[in-house]
Amino acid sequence: MSLMSLTAAKLGKKIKDREVTAVEAMEDALKQIQEKEPLLKSFVTVDEEGARKRALEVQQKIERGELTGPLAGVPIAIKDNICTEGILTTCASKILYNFKPTYSAEAVKNLEAAGAVIIGKTNMDEFAMGSTTETSAFGVTRNPWNLEHVPGGSSGGSCAAVAAMECPCALGSDTGGSIRQPSSFCGVTGIKPTYGTVSRYGLIAYGSSLDQIGPIARDVTDCALLLEAIASYDRKDSTSIKREDYHFVKALKSDVKGMKIGIPKDYFGEGLDPEVSSAVLEAAHVLKEQGAIVEEFDLCLVDDELLTSKNSSSFGEDKIHPTRYAIPAYYVISSAEASSNLARFDGVKYGYRAGEYEGLHQMYKKSRSEGFGEEVKRRIMLGSFVLSSGYYDAYYLKALRTKALIRKVFDQAFEKYDVIIGPAAPTTAPKLGKSLSDPLKMYLGDIYTISANLAGLPGICLPCGRDSKGLPIGLQLLGDCFQENQILRAAYTYECARGKWNMPGAFLNRKGVIKDEETV
Amino acid sequence: MRKQYETIIGLEVHVELATRTKIFCACSTEFGGAPNVHTCPVCTGMPGSLPVLNKKVVEYAMAVGLATNCRITRHCKFDRKNYFYPDNPQNYQISQLYAPICRNGFVEIETAAGKKKIGIHEIHMEEDAGKLIHDEWEDCSLVDYNRSGVPLIEIVSEPDMRSAEEVIAYLDKLRLIIQYLGASDCKLQEGSMRADVNLSVRETGTEKLGTRTEMKNLNSFKAIARAIEGERTRQIELLEEGKSVIQETRRWDDNKEYSYPMRSKEDAQDYRYFPEPDLVPVDISEEWIEEIRSKQPELRTVKLIRYKKEFDIPDYDAEIITGSKHLADLFEATTAICKKPKKVSNWLMVETMRLMKELDQEPEDLTFSPENLAKLIELTDAGTINHTVAKEVFEQIFKRNVDPEEYVEERGLKTVNDEGALRDAIAKIIASNPKSVADYRNGKEKAIGFLVGQTMKEMKGKADPTMVNEILREILNG
Repeated sequence: MSLMSLTAAKLGKKIKDREVTAVEAMEDALKQIQEKEPLLKSFVTVDEEGARKRALEVQQKIERGELTGPLAGVPIAIKDNICTEGILTTCASKILYNFKPTYSAEAVKNLEAAGAVIIGKTNMDEFAMGSTTETSAFGVTRNPWNLEHVPGGSSGGSCAAVAAMECPCALGSDTGGSIRQPSSFCGVTGIKPTYGTVSRYGLIAYGSSLDQIGPIARDVTDCALLLEAIASYDRKDSTSIKREDYHFVKALKSDVKGMKIGIPKDYFGEGLDPEVSSAVLEAAHVLKEQGAIVEEFDLCLVDDELLTSKNSSSFGEDKIHPTRYAIPAYYVISSAEASSNLARFDGVKYGYRAGEYEGLHQMYKKSRSEGFGEEVKRRIMLGSFVLSSGYYDAYYLKALRTKALIRKVFDQAFEKYDVIIGPAAPTTAPKLGKSLSDPLKMYLGDIYTISANLAGLPGICLPCGRDSKGLPIGLQLLGDCFQENQILRAAYTYECARGKWNMPGAFLNRKGVIKDEETV
Repeated sequence: MRKQYETIIGLEVHVELATRTKIFCACSTEFGGAPNVHTCPVCTGMPGSLPVLNKKVVEYAMAVGLATNCRITRHCKFDRKNYFYPDNPQNYQISQLYAPICRNGFVEIETAAGKKKIGIHEIHMEEDAGKLIHDEWEDCSLVDYNRSGVPLIEIVSEPDMRSAEEVIAYLDKLRLIIQYLGASDCKLQEGSMRADVNLSVRETGTEKLGTRTEMKNLNSFKAIARAIEGERTRQIELLEEGKSVIQETRRWDDNKEYSYPMRSKEDAQDYRYFPEPDLVPVDISEEWIEEIRSKQPELRTVKLIRYKKEFDIPDYDAEIITGSKHLADLFEATTAICKKPKKVSNWLMVETMRLMKELDQEPEDLTFSPENLAKLIELTDAGTINHTVAKEVFEQIFKRNVDPEEYVEERGLKTVNDEGALRDAIAKIIASNPKSVADYRNGKEKAIGFLVGQTMKEMKGKADPTMVNEILREILNG
């Protein structure tokens, strides 16, 4: 049995108890990666040499008693849009093919302070734009449950690596569902924290007002442990919020008695795969059996002056389905911010520069045309368009108002409920090559995740079943801002009641064939 | 008959703030240094870096806003201005468009025509760009990001000015206010104050504004005056020829005294402004405004009134001295030590001005200490040195800030008060200048001056001329 089939908490305990060393754990991770990577491709960079060196240093610190925390010595993979000092950080883009940051992201520093050992950098959709990890410039990552399927995205590499037991845990980032959706597709657990909880310093920005770094692991306990390690108030990030409490592990209690859980009726309409629907509703039922008060409700808006035309007098007539506007608002805001955030990749200071050019303009044009992939260029163009003079009010401003409105809708909902339960994605993982041909349809797949980003809410996704093809189905729990402990408690309770969840670790032996492997 | 035209001018003035660190990171704002030494991931636009606002920038901007009668925006925000250029490492500039920190102010200017209020539309905070260096030899361009992220405020006036004279008066007023606040040294030549001139002309008596042009690269008050005259003439000529003025940005060439278009209309940029998502809005409380207001130093107008009341110096002197914060500070500090405002003012007005002119210096360049000027005044008043020696010593104070007491001592410049030595010298001069002695005795009063001069020369300048005069008369009249 591989050490990598242990959860982070269990592996950390073994290391702490001197049953194994951080070096042995890392050697095992590297062995797993070496075996599985040719089929899986969940990593962009495996920093073997650095990882061994760091593991040794950590082991020495453990032995000297300088590192005593639960994550000391545990190998971890980092999504490739999170800066790691001296280790390639490419955002899975050709334009950053050679970029080695001189600094580590605050979240990475926090992890290292806790003794976690970085193995390498995981694959993703280029600049986190995509839902399948197929837009990576360095090849697609495959779903460990079925290699013909996508792992989801954009944190597909992190989720696949954790599901395939290449490592116990990883960091991802979530701008519109990029942690929760691939967690759902890969049958792992991931948290998108409240905006401002984890510092964005060192996270290469996609949509700055929506981006959050979060943990990906094989159970709720590991996620809570990791979140506790990475969350911090950081003066280097002006949007970082000083929280009253950074203790998440204490929320791990199997007890939801009296907890009010709402099921938004509108989440279960057309477009939701019936197998996903029944698995999620079954999970809600489990929580009810555990003592939660579970009821259906309308996550709808009453009336809206902002989105209806100004001279409209039909107050209260227009009921607006927030999710109907959430997708366009999300793509307008995230693309607008991305068009500006990605302007710095111009071939002047670092990264890819076109080989031949005449003059500055051509250098910009060729470097960017050759350096960025299709999806990124599509969103830069979309974002540039919605910010253009004459269109700003019609698109960007309206999207900002929609964002505020969605927040209001959730504020109202959280007056009544502690947790909102629903699916993380309308389907299970699609087959490779199916999604990119119709980007608009792909965008619609984000419907259950993006509203949490627009409203800044925390969300967790954990496995709640499998469809007839054997692919995992994810359950999403959303909480009010700063109420991570509510969703952690609900998720932990569900996890305990659900029982053991196996991982597809043996897939390697028979390519594409699903065979469960026991986790410990 | 030629038509009469009126010139309409508005200014955009950029001022570099005197903070120790940059606007969004902790890098030094110090001028000079090897290329890219004052840089970090933030001010070089590295991926994943984030800006953090320097509080002092907000305070300086508020101070300037309060001193120019602006309304302070209580919930002010930053926006991104997007454009590609290598001196701009992120390819966007963090600036303010939708909610600038100050709005709706004015300053009062005075010209030959009298007093006038010039409206201030807004003041906003932003970051400066780096510098491009074109290496002709290697045929490449290099970027220095030392200036990238240096804090600026941009003061946008209303189109309230009608002549170069008003423009200069307005700029002078702004410069003084900002210098008095200590918010910037406002040196046009060094670029810590930069003015862009928006100018249009219209037929006198008409209401509608003409098409305006924006002129850049104005490095001195003189260049600004010439550029205004040049652009006014150019626009009027176009209109007289039946052509129209094109809205464009032009670059003033002060050597050729002509402006050239920088960007044509086809290149007109769409900056795609949007709210900066990496910074949170700045909430400015009433208490914070009051705190800044209470710490506001005495500004020039008030100081001038006080000087006229408090110090017995000519009005003209008071105006010149308060015309520079540095000069006024020097004056007050020296006066505080020696309690002789009139003498201090004299040194500043005569010798200081003369040397500044000679060495082509601005009042801000003065480096001597009030202590040393005060000591010099004491030495002169006590008769330890005479006025001629004092001038020589002052030059050394001006140039090297020498301690006058030590300097006089070392060089043996003290006035000789030994009457015996003096009488010996005088006797010698009388003996060797019989003609002048005779002239004086025959009623030629002027001859005594020559004899005093000769005696001073004999004494190597270290005698008290009054005393020499007295003794000479005593002997010759006796």
